[in-house]
Amino acid sequence: MSTRVRIQTEDFDLGAEVAALRVGNPAVGAVAAFVGTVRDRNAGGPADISAMELEHYPGMTEAAIEAMIDAAMQRFRVLGACVIHRVGLLKPLDQIVLVVVTSTHRGDAFQACEFLMDYLKTQAPFWKKEATPEGARWVDARVADDAALARWGISASNAA
Amino acid sequence: MSLTVRYFASLREALGPAETLPHAPGLTLGAVRSLLVARGGAHAQALAPGRAVRCAVNQVMADESAAVPDGAEVAFFPPVTGG
Repeated sequence: MSTRVRIQTEDFDLGAEVAALRVGNPAVGAVAAFVGTVRDRNAGGPADISAMELEHYPGMTEAAIEAMIDAAMQRFRVLGACVIHRVGLLKPLDQIVLVVVTSTHRGDAFQACEFLMDYLKTQAPFWKKEATPEGARWVDARVADDAALARWGISASNAA
Repeated sequence: MSLTVRYFASLREALGPAETLPHAPGLTLGAVRSLLVARGGAHAQALAPGRAVRCAVNQVMADESAAVPDGAEVAFFPPVTGG
């Protein structure tokens, strides 16, 4: 089993994952990491989200993210990459997603990290259901996320 | 000669997690969706043309023109919202 991609209910430790990706590789000169966390609100909306249920497609989700990492490695000079995404019941303040990329120089690390997140948002099979005082609701996909991936020359029509 | 159809998220809530369909030569994802819509009821509503439904064949994202081989695992789901 690859350790590049992990889908898990448990929390993760940014420091531990960065250390694991750097260990024993003196070519690494840059580490870029992104941590996504659960919000209690959406843009322009009230702070009424009390919890979130994350569903995925076991097998396909891991394979899709593996393919995204392969694409990032072809596009940028990446030494190592790790993606962790949590599923199950999460609450505001919880960590939900981690992307870590190592490279010799910062430019590739920054870009590959952002590329992976943009790709994941529109192409990895996860679905969020929010719990609010009015009941549970499935989150709508955002056209802005398709536009973010388009910046890399990849056309997506997830939300459209 | 059969295929498995899996549903996720709101489609899973409406249609259940999975079902088995008979396979036919030349089947595409779009044809499978049309067969399911033709059943009427919850299927016709959840998979209605014009509704945002994404799909996969054998766990790879695909569009409705994609071929569905015998024994395939097909999946229908709403636009993804991870990250």
